[in-house]
Amino acid sequence: MRSLLEQLLDTLIVLFGVSTLVFLLLVLIPGDPVDVVLGESAQAADREAMRTALGLDRPLWERWGAFYLDLLRGDLGDSLLRRQPVGALILQRLPATLQLAAAAFVLVLLVALPLGVLAARHRGRWPDRLAQTFALVGVSIPNFWLGPLLVLLFSVALGWTPVSGNQEPGSLILPALTLGLSMAAITTRMVRSSLLEIESQHFLRTARCKGLSEGAVMWRHSLPNALLPVITVLGLQLGGLLAGAVITEVVFAWPGLGSLMVDAIHQRDYPVVQGVVLVIALGYVLANRAADLLVGRLDPRIAGKA
Amino acid sequence: MRLPGLILATWLIMALAGVMPWLEPNRVSLPEIFMLPSTAHWLGTDELGRPVLDRLLSGAGVSLLVAFTTVIVSAVIGITVGLTAGYFGGLTDRVISRLIEVFLAFPGMLLAIAMAAMIGPGIDNVIIALATMGWVGYARLVRVQVLSLRDREHVLAAIALGRTDLAIMRRHLLPLVMAPVWVEASFGVAGAVVAEAGLSFLGLGIQPPDASWGGMIRDGVRYLLVAPHLVLAPGIALFLVVLAANLFGDALRDRLDVTSRSRP
Repeated sequence: MRSLLEQLLDTLIVLFGVSTLVFLLLVLIPGDPVDVVLGESAQAADREAMRTALGLDRPLWERWGAFYLDLLRGDLGDSLLRRQPVGALILQRLPATLQLAAAAFVLVLLVALPLGVLAARHRGRWPDRLAQTFALVGVSIPNFWLGPLLVLLFSVALGWTPVSGNQEPGSLILPALTLGLSMAAITTRMVRSSLLEIESQHFLRTARCKGLSEGAVMWRHSLPNALLPVITVLGLQLGGLLAGAVITEVVFAWPGLGSLMVDAIHQRDYPVVQGVVLVIALGYVLANRAADLLVGRLDPRIAGKA
Repeated sequence: MRLPGLILATWLIMALAGVMPWLEPNRVSLPEIFMLPSTAHWLGTDELGRPVLDRLLSGAGVSLLVAFTTVIVSAVIGITVGLTAGYFGGLTDRVISRLIEVFLAFPGMLLAIAMAAMIGPGIDNVIIALATMGWVGYARLVRVQVLSLRDREHVLAAIALGRTDLAIMRRHLLPLVMAPVWVEASFGVAGAVVAEAGLSFLGLGIQPPDASWGGMIRDGVRYLLVAPHLVLAPGIALFLVVLAANLFGDALRDRLDVTSRSRP
């Protein structure tokens, strides 16, 4: 295990690369960005003002430097349309996205852990086949189709849940289900294969030989070992969860970062798009690092060497 | 392998049928709006009276074209980058590894959405946006393998014989790293189909009036209550194709005995 300092440096380099990439996204806008924002018939004075506002009158490297100076101060620039700092807009919407992602994450754990354990214990029999089918179907259903299907079933046909928004109680259920399904599917598979992989280990045989019940073997010996790679994968998938939230929020008109971003895309409010991408990407990097650190802490084989 | 093969073949046939001149995916017919499936219109009509079957076939062509082009472009870039990093090592490898790490630090779909948002919609731009996120997987895969193959005797022998770097990479390394690339590519097709449909669903992909499965779902959602077939037809097609590509990838992985990847 590398030292904490090395890991921190590593994370910083990746964060630097990620933010540079996000900065470069703006450069990709074809043609004159001012045309894109104001339309080609705009007045010369307005164009000039917009050019200055976007910082386009300065050379690229200078804009890049300014981008970083602002970023270090926590300034993500201003929205072109809403006359508000991007940071403030993001903070307004962040709680709704975090709520959705957290609900989906809890759902993933509630479904994937029991199902994965069940599948591994009954390998080759029907619980296993059920879990495998669930895993395959789960990763193959696109969330923008699953969402409307769930609405059709639970809101329209059965009338159990509200159709969209986040005002009523119960409105969180369908979006969380939509967002979490594919992650639950992947995690179920991971728990199963991870448990099966350590099945042949000697310490499990020893545990059984000394007379431990199957349940005790599972809880005390199998799961703690099998969950380590699962934690790494969960960390990786958190990013998928945040990105998936973009589409899920649009489906359910959920007022989070995703709908903010898609609205901004359609309004060509590029600084807002840039800000949201940056925040989600940073969240993703940190989630992965946190998962790595957690695995390092939990695994005495790694922790001992740190 | 039989069922996924059948579905993928159907996809291909649908895509070919989709370019037939007698189809009318964009023919607006206001007296015929929201018709349910019948003998005249096998899959009914949409909010503008356009035949859903014709649009479904036309959309099959789009998704097939985008998926395969994306996978080929991504794989070619990724393999080249991965081979270069693994073979030359040293500073080249360090720089490329960092680059791979940075791209991996983005949730792929987020990067594709951001790219598409910046460069604008359209079929070419969708492919560019998807390849931007797609090449990384291949590069990482190939690099790691080349690193372990680099010091094999047959490679050292080729170097000793004075073969050029290019020839060594192409003749002595590339064939050995292809197995996992094929597996990655099958999952890549599934991923690209979903991603294209996702971008079109967000209005960032194929532009109306042209048909795409994602766009059909997006338009159909508004009429979910009156005409659920508008969402069901493209959704089922999408689901089956993705399912088939995933099954195909699984089967290929078992057959080629490629072990341990973090995704299903």
